[in-house]
Amino acid sequence: MIAIESLTKRYPRVTALDRLTVGITPGVTGLVGANGAGKSTLIKILLGLSPATEGGATVLGLDVAREGSAIRERVGYMPEHDCLPPDVSATEFVVHMARMSGLPFTAARERTADTLRHVGLYEERYRPMGGYSTGMKQRVKLAQALVHDPKLVLLDEPTNGLDPVGRDEMLALIRRVHTDFGISVLVTSHLLGELERTCDHVVVIDGGRLLRASSTADFTKSTPSLAVEVTDTDAHPDGTEALRAALVAAGLSAQAPGAAGAPGAGHLLMVDATDESAYDTVRDTVIELGLGLVRMEQRRHHIAEVFHTDSGAGASDAGDGAAAAAPAGVPAAHDRELQPQKGGSGDAV
Amino acid sequence: MPSEPHAGTPVATAGKPPGQRGEDVIHNIGYRNYEGARLGRRYARTSLFQQSLRGAYGLGRSAKSKVLPMILFAVMCVPAAIVVAVTVFTKAKEMPVGYNEYVIIMQPVIGVFIAAMAPQAVSLDLRFRVVPLYFSRPIERSDYVGAKYAALAAAIFVFTATSALILYVGALLAKLDFGDETKGFALGLVCCLVFSVLHAGIALAVAAATPRRGFGVAAIIAVLTIPYMLVNALQAIVASQDNDPAVGWLGLASPGSLVDGLQSKFLDGKHSFPGGPPDLTGAQASAYALLTVLLIAGTYALLLRRYRKAGL
Ligand SMILES: Nc1ncnc2c1ncn2[C@@H]1O[C@H](COP(=O)(O)OP(=O)(O)OP(=O)(O)O)[C@@H](O)[C@H]1O
Ligand SMILES: [Mg+2]
Repeated sequence: MIAIESLTKRYPRVTALDRLTVGITPGVTGLVGANGAGKSTLIKILLGLSPATEGGATVLGLDVAREGSAIRERVGYMPEHDCLPPDVSATEFVVHMARMSGLPFTAARERTADTLRHVGLYEERYRPMGGYSTGMKQRVKLAQALVHDPKLVLLDEPTNGLDPVGRDEMLALIRRVHTDFGISVLVTSHLLGELERTCDHVVVIDGGRLLRASSTADFTKSTPSLAVEVTDTDAHPDGTEALRAALVAAGLSAQAPGAAGAPGAGHLLMVDATDESAYDTVRDTVIELGLGLVRMEQRRHHIAEVFHTDSGAGASDAGDGAAAAAPAGVPAAHDRELQPQKGGSGDAV
Repeated sequence: MPSEPHAGTPVATAGKPPGQRGEDVIHNIGYRNYEGARLGRRYARTSLFQQSLRGAYGLGRSAKSKVLPMILFAVMCVPAAIVVAVTVFTKAKEMPVGYNEYVIIMQPVIGVFIAAMAPQAVSLDLRFRVVPLYFSRPIERSDYVGAKYAALAAAIFVFTATSALILYVGALLAKLDFGDETKGFALGLVCCLVFSVLHAGIALAVAAATPRRGFGVAAIIAVLTIPYMLVNALQAIVASQDNDPAVGWLGLASPGSLVDGLQSKFLDGKHSFPGGPPDLTGAQASAYALLTVLLIAGTYALLLRRYRKAGL
């Protein structure tokens, strides 16, 4: 789908991309990096809008330096910034953009109606876009990238500015762009955690260099763990600790991450579920101790954890950009922990 | 508007992950691939030209945006209609104003139209950062700039040529000489064309320099009127001292007097420079023609340069 070969982009004062070599296969690929890592720069080069300083790349087999126009006919692009004029309606705007992609007028109108419906914009599409919420604007931006039925879309931070619910909806929509529409996706984010459910593959760049590229499944460790939360009783004023001791005695590995001081995780116990019997052991132990079981759920390790250890090495050019990314990553991984998780949601499709 | 759900064959509905939210029921209507024509760059450029030309007159935009262009259009045409009425009723042997002259006289009105329309053609795209979306499509920088330039020039041409047409129809109604009037009208159209192309370039180059529409409007009015008034004043001073060649040279210094001089020399008109008739000398005429060509090419090149960065 995309082949990038020792791609370098130097601006007068920074090296945005540094000998980046990576291949991107069909499916949904996440491009992750801190602010200033070079994600947007890479997308502009892939669209043939900005010449590489050294090296090169092909998109859909077309050379970015020579065949930019042909690439842009088959590829859709959603920029990270606002790009919607406030005084026109979503329908007019997307029709116009469809024509700019070469669709005849009638086809442009039909595809606009279809695409806006697919991204979840209904009656409001006839209203001027100045009055739209951020979520609606992001949907229109996505629609204009899809309206000409591209083979591949490049989405630059589509979850930017969205609240947690809006973010989940956008991520689900992106997943559908591939599964239902058959369009491959390259999506950037500075939150590794939010891409694990959406992406088949993840490419992590930092300071313009490749940090890691692998399938999402490889990022998540294979041993599932059980998150258990129990109540305290008079007999056991610290129910979590009592359960931990009992489980360790029963031969299971159990830690209370809350002990490390992560807020909100105070009553959580993580138990390695090596096989099915671990569930029974936990259940029986809780009953024996007379504790109330608040919840017990299976979860996988988050790729965010991988990212944190990897990026600890620090970025060279990105400077404070890299520092800013770490705190941004923590709340993301954290609010995920507070949500009940469906079994196996970390699996790559 | 084909807004109803299509009953067309769903291409791919299988493989959908279990529904996340209620609205998935509606999302379920299958995605259809587009197998139809993709008309490419030329078509996109033409579409952009049409959209921008219509936009200049507020067509396809809010009712509010139609008000100013329509009022100005009326202001531009009414005097021509009055000229016609006077000519017909007084059975005059000749129109009180020539076709070219009318354009020069009406410059303030045309200037306001240009000042209002040029920023609307380019500033909004810059301000709301729509430009990168254009360049993420097959069209190139030159297509965008060319389409915008042509659209504004066409808008100004329609604006000026309509009143020339009114004058021409009036001249025929007044039974003036058909041959003379047709020739005058044809040359008048050429004058409108030169005026339009030159002014579109200057106005767009100024407008594209700022994403702020208000600044753009003010800057264009300034660029079109201040040099023109200065030139007029200086010409008047020089003319009063019998320094004829200087009057001609001074006319180079503003877009309005430039077109005025050109039409007097090449399009069979009379210039309105103070101090009256002496025509431009041969050297002056070449300078006028050369400067016009340079300005048109220069503003186009400037626009191309302006958008080299804007795509990123
Ligand atoms: N036009 C430009 N001129 C000079 N430097 C630039 C330009 N565009 C980007 N840069 C620099 O290149 C580096 C990479 O920028 P880029 O926008 O690609 O990062 P990013 O990964 O998209 O970051 P973000 O998450 O903030 O969007 C940054 O240090 C940036 O300052
Ligand atoms: Mg970016």
